[in-house]
Amino acid sequence: MTNLEFTALVALGSFTAGFLGSLTGLGGGVVLVPFLTLLFKVDIRYAVGASLVSVIATSSGAAAAYVKEGFSNIRIGMFLEIATTLGALFGAFLAAVVSTKSIGVIFGLVLLYSAYMSTKQQRDTYTDDPPDPLATRLGMNGVYPSLTGPREYHVHRVPLGFSLMFGAGALSGLLGIGSGAVKVLAMDQAMGIPFKVSTTTSNFMIGVTAAASAGVYLSRGYIDPALAMPVMLGVLAGSLIGARILAKTKTQQLRIVFGGVIALLGLEMLYQALTGKI
Amino acid sequence: MFRVSEWTDQKVETIIGNLLRAGVSLAAIVVLIGGSIFLVRHGLEPANYRVFAGEPSDLRHWDGIAWSSLRLRGRGIIQLGLLFLLATPVTRVAFAAFAFAMERDWLYVAVSIFVFLILLYSLLGSGF
Repeated sequence: MTNLEFTALVALGSFTAGFLGSLTGLGGGVVLVPFLTLLFKVDIRYAVGASLVSVIATSSGAAAAYVKEGFSNIRIGMFLEIATTLGALFGAFLAAVVSTKSIGVIFGLVLLYSAYMSTKQQRDTYTDDPPDPLATRLGMNGVYPSLTGPREYHVHRVPLGFSLMFGAGALSGLLGIGSGAVKVLAMDQAMGIPFKVSTTTSNFMIGVTAAASAGVYLSRGYIDPALAMPVMLGVLAGSLIGARILAKTKTQQLRIVFGGVIALLGLEMLYQALTGKI
Repeated sequence: MFRVSEWTDQKVETIIGNLLRAGVSLAAIVVLIGGSIFLVRHGLEPANYRVFAGEPSDLRHWDGIAWSSLRLRGRGIIQLGLLFLLATPVTRVAFAAFAFAMERDWLYVAVSIFVFLILLYSLLGSGF
């Protein structure tokens, strides 16, 4: 395969991943690394490096659109970024010391978990419990626009959410993904933040988190320009177009199909890693 | 009548959103230019990413990347675009620190600066 053919095929695949990822809200990054390693036999470290770059691009590219809706909470985001960026540095350092086989196994498990999460209804775990005093002191409680007008929300269990976010950052740095599924777990389940607020805020955080580990990847020589180019441009174009179409389509069925693809990729990734092919 | 310029969270987030979009657009254009140069020159050579060799040092560190971009090397220019991309979230955090200072929210000025330093540590690691 020549560089030209390789670039065209990778760009096409990345475009599809970005498109489906943004249409389903499951993110394109999670299928990108298996796509590159399983189909094109790219070394997993190069694949993770390229994926990190595309994650920064999509997160930043989508932010302008998210901001208009008025859901994101900049204080929650910034505070939790302490945890995700430290986690991302940790994950990037881990990537250098663990074997590609272990990375493959962890990746497979995360894919299966993401697939499982995609079957769950996106529902608010809203409670009227009083907020965590720490959240109040940190000014995290906020208001978001709802159908019945502005609605207040309280933030709970800050230390637990913070710890989970460190884990999300570490996974992001190790696997080159946005770790959307873990972030949702931390913000929705642990901290009781309304779903819309947590998804938009987490989108803001993903770019900063990925940048923290991408710097380490770059200086270590894990980011190959000729691979990162079609991946970044393809995913970016796909996700921007996907976000445009999103408003007009019902995505529940697509979500299930895409979740199924993620599950299959997870099994394949586990199999390949355990049989020593990664 | 006088107008006080107000730094509300909503306004800050709008500016940040536009800042991010501008950064990504710039990065994408530079990457596209570098990619075109690379493909014109090396498009017909065989691709190989199975073997992990790691990138040469002039594609790892900002000074090497600048050096190779100035010589209009395709791969160097792609890396330059990626550096712009990496700088985008860093700029956003720096701007957030500034905006929190305008709101006189010193706690979050400190939080933003801390995150900024972590990012700087990661990026400047590329200087060694």
